[in-house]
Amino acid sequence: MAQPLLEVRDLKTYFVSKESRVPAVDGIDLDVRQGQIVCIVGESGCGKSMTSLSIMRLLPRPRGKIVGGTILFNGVDLLDLTEKQMSQLRGNEISMIFQEPMTALNPVLSIGDQIAEVLLRHRRLSRREATERAVQALTFVGVPRANEIVHEYPHQLSGGLRQRVMIAMAMACEPKLLIADEPTTALDVTIQAQVLQLMKRLRDETGTSMILISHDLGVVAEMADHVVVMYAGQVVESTDAETLFSQPLHPYTRGLMASMPSLDEQREVLYSIPGTVPGAVNFPKGCRFADRCHMAQARCHRTMPDLREVAAGHFVRCDMITAEGVGM
Amino acid sequence: MEQYAVEVKELRKYFPIHAGLLHRTVGHVKAVDGVSFGVKKGETLGIVGESGCGKSTTGRMIMRFLQPTSGDILIDGKHVDEVTRSEAGEFRKKIQMVFQDPYASLNPKRSVGQTVAEPLIVNRIMPRADAMERAAKLLETVGLKSQDMHKYPHEFSGGQRQRIGIARALALNPRLIVADEAVSALDVSIQSQILNLLMELKNQYHLSYLFISHNLAVVRHISDRVGVMYLGHLVEIGPKHSVYSNPLHPYTEALLSAALEPRRQSRRQRIVLQGDVPNPANPPSGCPFHTRCPKAMKVCRMDSPEIQEVSAEHLVACHLYA
Repeated sequence: MAQPLLEVRDLKTYFVSKESRVPAVDGIDLDVRQGQIVCIVGESGCGKSMTSLSIMRLLPRPRGKIVGGTILFNGVDLLDLTEKQMSQLRGNEISMIFQEPMTALNPVLSIGDQIAEVLLRHRRLSRREATERAVQALTFVGVPRANEIVHEYPHQLSGGLRQRVMIAMAMACEPKLLIADEPTTALDVTIQAQVLQLMKRLRDETGTSMILISHDLGVVAEMADHVVVMYAGQVVESTDAETLFSQPLHPYTRGLMASMPSLDEQREVLYSIPGTVPGAVNFPKGCRFADRCHMAQARCHRTMPDLREVAAGHFVRCDMITAEGVGM
Repeated sequence: MEQYAVEVKELRKYFPIHAGLLHRTVGHVKAVDGVSFGVKKGETLGIVGESGCGKSTTGRMIMRFLQPTSGDILIDGKHVDEVTRSEAGEFRKKIQMVFQDPYASLNPKRSVGQTVAEPLIVNRIMPRADAMERAAKLLETVGLKSQDMHKYPHEFSGGQRQRIGIARALALNPRLIVADEAVSALDVSIQSQILNLLMELKNQYHLSYLFISHNLAVVRHISDRVGVMYLGHLVEIGPKHSVYSNPLHPYTEALLSAALEPRRQSRRQRIVLQGDVPNPANPPSGCPFHTRCPKAMKVCRMDSPEIQEVSAEHLVACHLYA
């Protein structure tokens, strides 16, 4: 198989201060191949957003620090690049869209100027050419009246249109990798359906690889080729989407799926995972899910399980799981 | 009509739009435009719809946080406007609310015990010492520890804070709880804990819920009946099995098909609606949904359809069923 476009190995991102080192991302591996949509799923505080900010090298300063690991993009370790080299890449080869399009767009710049800015930064274009390209980019993402909208400002647009503008801006330089952090969380379901459909079309037409970060298993099932489930800063399960949704193995993944109410069937009482996510300040030394796990044995509390390949391409961080299912 | 915990008839709320130097009213946002339904005693009525459909405004009018522009609200069969001053307090106690944001809806300077005991004290139901004792019991009812009453909101997680909000709502032994996006801010694993708690409490205390949410699966799980709102109108209402397995309104159908589920096999044919919800300050003529409706006919542009019963207790406002 060809070399993955993005290869993250043992990435560790900590919040560092004089008194403490708090792990936000604690040794994760991630591969993204050309044209693939990889979803990172997990609940608040699991480290999914910090992972994407680490790849973009946009960690909150001064406390967010990458303390270990490598991020190979096209064979180059992003962590070795200077800030100047990195800014050549951002918005050009790797770009990102955020959850809240209103706070991510500049309220005092017209839509056209904001998209043109990216193009002027990375391409040798005149302002006029850049504006023309901005109109094309907006048309490409299905924005109606693109000719007029380039002259409008973010507050004049609806949430769904703003998110399309964000996508147009992110795609303007035809990046190799698009990172989307909860791109549809702030949108209504009917608008979410439009935006997800658009993102899939873009992938199919341009071959851009995507990392999609979401807490919503429904969105993940719709979009993902490959899924990485994160819990407390670690990957707990990683496999292709078909397998994950038909045979989830990690008790956390299974618990999450069972906790979700369904549109089709009625369950009297929903399954619920007891307790809450442990705080990053004092993670337990054994398995981080053990305190909430119905399968936990004494040794789960003692030793941290490794992420093991239990079936071809199916990685699980749980010592109670074998390829045949739950065992031991 | 004793059977409804709360009933609303032709409820309307228009917010004026002011403009210019003289602050003249230049138009109205028709947030809720003629909505009628009832929550039966002991039932959960779910209201679904997208942002701006008027579902929260409806809830807030029932809570009397907002004065309706027109229409009637009946509590236990009695019109709220006819309530005398002396009865008003009693009336308010019957309805309580659980809010969306567990961070914003608790006073950070008050201990959790004080927050939960507050309604008992302001309503002069019992002396402070007894109220605090009851608060401790209520915290246990919602799955916290009675010692937690001395802690402050920042010491709790989102799910625990939502439990505190529920304890506060229960303090006055209400008949009806209006829950506006009560689990939307929570993670999935915590959301199911709170849903289970709400359902348990309903049986224990014979509560009725008006459960407002944008999440179709959550509404289906918790509700007995479901109402669907669009642009200030109630477009469909009925028993949940009927609405979910046989949606009548094209909007309900599209909404259900757009909802995503983590079960890949259960995929249905997806209807992706084009465009956005129209501006409620300038709603379309005729049926509010006709601008996005895949089944729109000529009549839909002209006349607004009346809501009517199509099958047992299943009502829809759509010209397809005229």
